Amino acid sequence: MRVWLKQFWATGDLFVWGCGAGLALSLLMIGSLLFLILINGFGYFWPSDLIDLTLKDGKHVIGQLAGEEVSPKGVPRIRVKVGNRDLYGLDYRWINTDQIVERSRLANLIILERREWGNFYGRVLALHKGDEVVAEGTVSIQQALPPLLRQAAVPDSADAYSLLVADANGKEKSIPLEQVLRLLTPNDLSVLGKTWVYIGNVWAVLTTEPREANTEGGIFPAIFGTVMMVLIMTVIVMPFGVIGALYLREYARQGVIVRLVRIAVNNLAGVPSIVFGVFGLGFFVYGIGGTIDALWFSDRLPNPTFGTGGILWASLTLALLTVPVVIVSTEEGLAAVPREYCEGSIGLGATKWETIWQVVLPAALPGILTGLILAMARAAGEVAPLMLTGVVKLAPALPIDGVWPFLHLDRKFMHLGFHIYDVGFQSPNVEAAKPMVYVTTLVLILVVVALNLAGIVLRNRVRKKYAGSAV
Amino acid sequence: MLDQQYRTITGSLPLAVPSLMTMQGGDQGYSTAPQHDHAPAKSKLLVRDFSFFYGLTQALFKINVDIPEYQVTAFIGPSGCGKSTLLRCMNRLNDLIEGARHEGDILLDNEDIFSPAIDITHLRKRVGMVFQKSNPFPKSIYENVAYGPRLQGLNQRTVLDSVIEHSLQGAGLWEEVKDRLHKSALGLSGGQQQRLCIARALAVKPDVLLMDEPCSALDPIATGRIEELLFALKKELTIVIVTHNMQQAARVSDWTAFLYMGQLVEFSLTKNLFTAPAQKQTEDYITGRFG
Repeated sequence: MRVWLKQFWATGDLFVWGCGAGLALSLLMIGSLLFLILINGFGYFWPSDLIDLTLKDGKHVIGQLAGEEVSPKGVPRIRVKVGNRDLYGLDYRWINTDQIVERSRLANLIILERREWGNFYGRVLALHKGDEVVAEGTVSIQQALPPLLRQAAVPDSADAYSLLVADANGKEKSIPLEQVLRLLTPNDLSVLGKTWVYIGNVWAVLTTEPREANTEGGIFPAIFGTVMMVLIMTVIVMPFGVIGALYLREYARQGVIVRLVRIAVNNLAGVPSIVFGVFGLGFFVYGIGGTIDALWFSDRLPNPTFGTGGILWASLTLALLTVPVVIVSTEEGLAAVPREYCEGSIGLGATKWETIWQVVLPAALPGILTGLILAMARAAGEVAPLMLTGVVKLAPALPIDGVWPFLHLDRKFMHLGFHIYDVGFQSPNVEAAKPMVYVTTLVLILVVVALNLAGIVLRNRVRKKYAGSAV
Repeated sequence: MLDQQYRTITGSLPLAVPSLMTMQGGDQGYSTAPQHDHAPAKSKLLVRDFSFFYGLTQALFKINVDIPEYQVTAFIGPSGCGKSTLLRCMNRLNDLIEGARHEGDILLDNEDIFSPAIDITHLRKRVGMVFQKSNPFPKSIYENVAYGPRLQGLNQRTVLDSVIEHSLQGAGLWEEVKDRLHKSALGLSGGQQQRLCIARALAVKPDVLLMDEPCSALDPIATGRIEELLFALKKELTIVIVTHNMQQAARVSDWTAFLYMGQLVEFSLTKNLFTAPAQKQTEDYITGRFG
């Protein structure tokens, strides 16, 4: 028995299985996380059918099915998105299935996307111009609406257009046309039509600005802000990190001090990011920003120009946060450059700097780019320091526009990570915002993946060019 | 017995024998080999009472060697005997090592290479180096050879082209690579890479070429090609070669120095050292009794 145990131990099978199980578990967790985000994120865009529920008490409910479950008390129930926040107060409603007498899918049910109060679910009765009726019935209104929606709205004029709509129980409401974004009849749409709407929805989210406290509309400014911030951070962090690593590895006298510096750099990578945020606020925003304001923008005081959070300060703070990553990777890249390269170059009469510039740095480029990739991944996902140094829930303008000097580094910006926090946990209507959280999370993941892929492609090209070098 | 062995060794490489024999003439009268022969040719490099330390460890003890011009001088000896250290001192590559120091002098054309007046990069251009492991840069073949000339500020395309062709021809590589000059040097075979390194060293037109076990990683055919090359190259420059391979030393060199434990045991004409070594240690080493 003992011999058998000893032999089994020696084969290492146990460890192989253990390692395999550990890896499988990790993959499973990552996989299910991605699955959850993908399903919920991509599901948000699908224009699912509207159902009309007749309840036992004779009332009607119109909405989209949003989930089914057995309540804690053991009663099966369904969750319906009923919209009409102006009428009901809440977007979602739980209905016990035993209360439902009849479910029907009527063709004339509509979703009206509005600028305020979320979607309206119900029926459309008439299109008015001032007091006169222009069109009646779902079909004719649908035909008349698109050209009117494209025109610039004239608010408060006497002959403004408005839609007369009714909710599930016939309660009528007049909605001015300038509030209306789109009229959808999902029950009429074929799968192809729905796909078209789906693609349009995805496109709209990626390219338009948010509405209604960020819970509706698009997230374009947040995507733009995230990418822009990461790029500015990259431009700042790369030279500093590479120069720092170069000095530590190639020029500094290896000894106690350099070892201490190295330990400090490694520890810097472990400092909680909010600490960097506080530092950024104190040093960059109030210190440097305040000084810049006092020196060059004193005419605008007390309104700060640079003395308040902005994309430059946020990028600088994140650059500080990621500089250890770049230093460590670059040092590893430099260490992996074969000593023969340096000797070959020195032996040909090159100075140390010529050797570093022409031989060492190119050969270490893959390692340096690994640092870049890690830094970008870290920076794109960081939220806490940004909250102190320049992120806002709604930025009035993008950091780049057509006004001189085109790149406005002093502007506040929006960020996908902060958007998730804001929409999901700071919004007055958390239920309605939930799909938006998933969508934003998905987009954030995709942005990080895209940035990393760009880095990896670049690194592979460099590696191919300098094939044979390590790292 | 030794004489026989020497002939078998040199005979194994047909090309080497005639050149060795004609170079040395055989009638110069070196019947006995003193520890220090006076070179028939002018001395290019003079090593005088040279000691070298890695920190507290002494690697070389008062070495005295005269490297004759336009000849091949081989350093042999067991691992760790200091032959590579001595070689690397000759173009001051050991300056890169922290904590290393030296005593004594090395004179290149009667100029102390350690004197502060010497421009170290200029010295390294005059004294080229080929390493044990071929180390072409991860650049194109062209750029590898152009590296040295470019450092000297040579950027004119036509001049550069001719320097590169000349260097590659000098290293016997031109015919093989002339159609792929702009392909990566790392795509070459090991022997080609080593010859590329030689071409790279030749491109800066050195007076002396130091070779640190240039063939230790190569197969016999590639080794043969490099050895052939040495015979051609020594018409234009002085070659110092470190080798583990005694047959190689016997085949290619005119002069051989045997180092042991940081001491120069014997330095004489190769023919004499391999046939009639003056020192017991040398004889033990070359007959394979130790090392």
